[in-house]
Amino acid sequence: MNEFIENRLTVNRRHFLGKAAAGIGGLALGSLLVPDLFRASDDETDGLPLGVAHFAPKAKRVIYLFQNGAPSQYESFEYKPMLNKLAGQDLPASIRNGQRLTGMTANQTKFPLVGSHFQFQQYGQSGMWMSELFPNIANIVDDICMIKTMNTEAINHDPALTFLQTGAQQGNRPSMGAWVSYGLGSDNKNLPAFSVLLSRGKGNGQGVYSKLWTNGFLDSTHQGVVFSSGEDPILYLNNPEGTDRTSRRKMLDNLAELNNMAYDDFGDPEIKAKVQQYEMAYRMQTAVPELTDLSKEPDHIVKLYGPECLVPGTFAANCLLARKLSEAGVRFVQLYHQGWDQHGNMVGEMPLQAKDTDRASAALITDLKQRGLLDETLVIWGGEFGRTNYSQGTATKDNYGRDHHPRAYCTWMAGGGVKPGTVYGETDEFGYNVVRDPVHTHDFHATIMHLMGLNHERLTYKHLGRRYRLTDIAGTVLPGLIA
Amino acid sequence: MKKIRQSLRWIAQNRLYLLTGIALSALITGCFFTSTRQTGSVALAAIPDEVDYNFHIRPILSDNCYKCHGPDASKREADLGLDTEAGAYAALKDNPSLHGIKPGDPLKSAVWLRITSKDTAEVMPPPNSNLKLTERQITLIEKWIKQGAKFKPHWAFIPPQLTKLPEVADEDWPRNEIDHYTLAKMNEVGLEPSPESDKERLLKRVSLDLTGLPPSLDLQKRFMNDPSENAYEKVVDELLKSRHYGEKMALQWLDVARYADSHGYQDDGLRTMWPWRDWVIHAFNQNYGYDKFLTWQLAGDLLKGPNGTPPTKEMMLATGFNRNHKITQEGGVIDEEYRIEYVTDRTNTFGKTFLALTYECAKCHDHKYDPILQKDYYSAFAFFNQVPEKGLVGTIDASFADPPNLKITDQDVDDLLRFINKKDTASVMVMVMKDQDTLRKTHILSRGNYDQPAKEVVAAMPTFIMPFDAKKYAQNRLGLARWMTDPKNPLTARVFVNRMWQEFFGRGLVKTVGDFGMQGELPSHPELLDWLAVDFRTHNWDMKRLVKQIVLSATYRQSAVITKDKLAKDPENVYLSHAPRLRLPAELVRDMVLTSSGLLNPEIGGPSVKPYQPKGVWEVASSGRGSLARYVQDHGTALYRRGMYVFIKRTVPPPSMLMFDASNRDQCEVKRSRTNTPLQALAMLNDPMVLESARVLAEKLMLEKTSSDEKIEKAFRLILCRTPKSKELTVLQNYYADEKTTFAAAPKKVANLLAVGETPPAKVADKPATAALMQTLLMLYNLEETIML
Repeated sequence: MNEFIENRLTVNRRHFLGKAAAGIGGLALGSLLVPDLFRASDDETDGLPLGVAHFAPKAKRVIYLFQNGAPSQYESFEYKPMLNKLAGQDLPASIRNGQRLTGMTANQTKFPLVGSHFQFQQYGQSGMWMSELFPNIANIVDDICMIKTMNTEAINHDPALTFLQTGAQQGNRPSMGAWVSYGLGSDNKNLPAFSVLLSRGKGNGQGVYSKLWTNGFLDSTHQGVVFSSGEDPILYLNNPEGTDRTSRRKMLDNLAELNNMAYDDFGDPEIKAKVQQYEMAYRMQTAVPELTDLSKEPDHIVKLYGPECLVPGTFAANCLLARKLSEAGVRFVQLYHQGWDQHGNMVGEMPLQAKDTDRASAALITDLKQRGLLDETLVIWGGEFGRTNYSQGTATKDNYGRDHHPRAYCTWMAGGGVKPGTVYGETDEFGYNVVRDPVHTHDFHATIMHLMGLNHERLTYKHLGRRYRLTDIAGTVLPGLIA
Repeated sequence: MKKIRQSLRWIAQNRLYLLTGIALSALITGCFFTSTRQTGSVALAAIPDEVDYNFHIRPILSDNCYKCHGPDASKREADLGLDTEAGAYAALKDNPSLHGIKPGDPLKSAVWLRITSKDTAEVMPPPNSNLKLTERQITLIEKWIKQGAKFKPHWAFIPPQLTKLPEVADEDWPRNEIDHYTLAKMNEVGLEPSPESDKERLLKRVSLDLTGLPPSLDLQKRFMNDPSENAYEKVVDELLKSRHYGEKMALQWLDVARYADSHGYQDDGLRTMWPWRDWVIHAFNQNYGYDKFLTWQLAGDLLKGPNGTPPTKEMMLATGFNRNHKITQEGGVIDEEYRIEYVTDRTNTFGKTFLALTYECAKCHDHKYDPILQKDYYSAFAFFNQVPEKGLVGTIDASFADPPNLKITDQDVDDLLRFINKKDTASVMVMVMKDQDTLRKTHILSRGNYDQPAKEVVAAMPTFIMPFDAKKYAQNRLGLARWMTDPKNPLTARVFVNRMWQEFFGRGLVKTVGDFGMQGELPSHPELLDWLAVDFRTHNWDMKRLVKQIVLSATYRQSAVITKDKLAKDPENVYLSHAPRLRLPAELVRDMVLTSSGLLNPEIGGPSVKPYQPKGVWEVASSGRGSLARYVQDHGTALYRRGMYVFIKRTVPPPSMLMFDASNRDQCEVKRSRTNTPLQALAMLNDPMVLESARVLAEKLMLEKTSSDEKIEKAFRLILCRTPKSKELTVLQNYYADEKTTFAAAPKKVANLLAVGETPPAKVADKPATAALMQTLLMLYNLEETIML
């Protein structure tokens, strides 16, 4: 652990040396574990203890299985037989209650309710309802906490995704992973604290954007680093053709010698820092491929995640890779899986999306559990908003679609100190409005931070005169989610 | 003579102790730490004799109290505002025997009583704010109250004043006015300037600073062999005349203006704003006055052309500045929500770029720290709210330039807009500004929500900056530009010269270049900032003149060597006692590599290019829709354009640029961070652009009839822009010889290594030697010094 932090220190050693020399003095060992204490960026933090949790964390790491495009709650986890009964009838105005609509359905004169095409059943000791499309997640219901009452302020993908990942719909703010990296640093000397894995399903996709894993105004060391399980697991990692490791080593040794001469001339600690960054890069070149090579995974693991886990770039491969990164100490692993935007053809696309994700998602939980890691790893599964209980366009006998719905949707969490085998919150019979225990995006963030041992009101960064935080000016930790 | 100067310097250094004793030194120590005032070290600094409101008190009040007792009336607790004298001095409503602050009497001052209270229910700031005053801060407030609790206006809102040039101990050192100010400060804090940089390094620095390109061998030679007194000035003049000067200056402006080649949301389709970018380069090269530069961009469409004709196409084109914001193409969005978003972005960008104020903080409520009311926000918003535009024009690829737009034809380029590098005969559309015929009403939006209009407002600017006299200024963007360039405007010139200073020293005289408000840092050299601002404005806002003054100063010409003493006394180099060592901005890292290898295609402007990029970077993130779903790499000379022309797709900006801290162009950005990470090391070692440069330069050198030592030395001059030391050469020569032996036994490795890049291989006989030389050059590219100023 210390080596990575040391490396982070060298990122701004000039600043550090300067300050120490200027008489801060008395640097306790603890402060050496503070990754950002010596940062040289524009505005500085107020000396909050970075790099250490504010209180005992329940989760040490997060794996966020983001389902990009907004999976329909009605075909997955939200059993609303009333919609099947009232199918074809108009959504009562009293239920819609002034909800604004997207441009997709704003001109619709009728809002015909539509029930799930797929069957639901209760599972596990908890008796949680699950659609037939998710048989594997159905097997782990007693390990998960199903939130029925997630709600957001945005009704379009870009702002909603951005809101969920950064706490603001607009604004180039740091994403959740960047905040955690900033607050807690990394547990692995050779890996970044915040890693991102991308995959695409077969349904209607909406794209992802690097601003979702941006460092915003934090140092770019907190930017999410995109990994893949392919040949080039991170950009520019591989030596060029014709260069082997011995040859690289030789170059780095000579490089260090020359750089040290420059240090003697200029006395700039940044030069020493540079030498160390090259050393870390060199170590990453072996550490990262060892980790991202899935081809040597034992049979029982491949069986668990399914054969797709050996195909680079699939959701299954990314789930397995996420487990390996997390196990190796990566603080925040963020997956994005595209394809969940079923404005139409719900019946055709939803099973494909479910098939891509169901087995590997459940496998990840099982795998973490059997390794004894689930307790300290928080796994999150969900999208950016929900979908309407009425059909976009006309619902035919065989097919329908659903528009965006921000007032209530499902997300589940497992491990990392959340209450297992629980359903949290309740919606009305239409699934449209929250009737009990709402979970606003800010509350969701506050609770995740809390599980990580961070007080969301104290993890701030002063930028252009204002102390920013992930939860903006809101957010309440929800004890009902916590074991 | 020399001896006298030395002893003068000694006196200057020790003046504090000799003349004024401990008290003054304590004051200086206090100021010394202004740049790091949030660290624990401040607590150790002694209390000054005379407590100053602007320097000592307001930062404490603003940072700790204004949130509940500041300008935002709706959130003001206990009806007590500490941001104004009247508010602070008033008797408390619920206890008239006490005042917020009673000058001279801490015990009658609720502020002092509350900040010193031991009762957790009483103490301020309250514990749940997570804020806590230090002992030093409390003592400062007590002393300030005892001394009469004098309020002063915020420095940034008082128009800049010229002061008498400060006297300095060493009158031989200053080369121009700038140096008087910096040296006086150094004298004050016991620092001494560094000697002038050696000529080679100075040339590299000024060449990169003015053109973004390293000096050619020819220029290096000419400068080194020119013994004349004004050799340096001649070089500066030559660089200022270079057409690459405009490119270098444009680079920071593109960050400020959030320029990009795609629309920015979700599907993120193509846009064609590059002719506007070409105009920015042109404007800098033509050295337009900053007043004109500003006015054309804010309001070119409202100007008159020659002889009262409608505005010229160039004037129209300049207004593209206001249309560089992101635009959605997501089907299903609510039109008005996004139209408001665009106006918001324009307003925020205006506030940050030209006024260095955090206007955006007043969008949803009165500003917490600065006297910008929510009403003021929407009054500024009203200027930018008149565009006949829609929130959503169409989904992906429906439009490369949403209306209002300007069509630029071949004819236009032939006639007037010669600076536009149009590649084909097709006309190109650029988004520009226009006001609609009937005034669109502007309302305060409750909590900033587009669908919650409240009270109507009219276009205006807040009086605390400078009254916006509707008789004097039209209530449109042109009036706004006139107000901005009025000699009495306290901010316009200061904000710009400060950002220019940052360009050359890596740090503004006001460190928070985007925030001159209450929460911003105080200027390190207030008199210098004012002198530069007044001098700039009174000399026709002449940007080249400003730049020349800066680079001709002795301050700029100092060596970058950091002594242990200086590092200890002034780690951030606030007092400028040596030149900064700064890593090149991302785009210039690329330029440096391509230029020194001779690969650079120096063409200026035109549509952005798509050089080598790792596979799949766009594809994996794309929704699969639109012309930018896949990255279609360019070939030929387009591969070797300058970094500023690399295509910026906002949702997936060029990774090698982001790694080196380039802006993602999501929003207006006035300052980049400068990190040093292992990912940068990997990019410099393995990016095909760097490898190809090393290969091509190696081949070129191999074709020259010179010894291997001469080849290495020449490469060193090209890449490091200086003569190598003999011990450096020894390392390089040994490395080269060693690699040559290794490669001689490994022909396959040689072939693989030399295969990099699309430049056809040169006909070099000795391939192993070429490969060894290529490795040596790659090492030179990876030296820390190579990409440092």
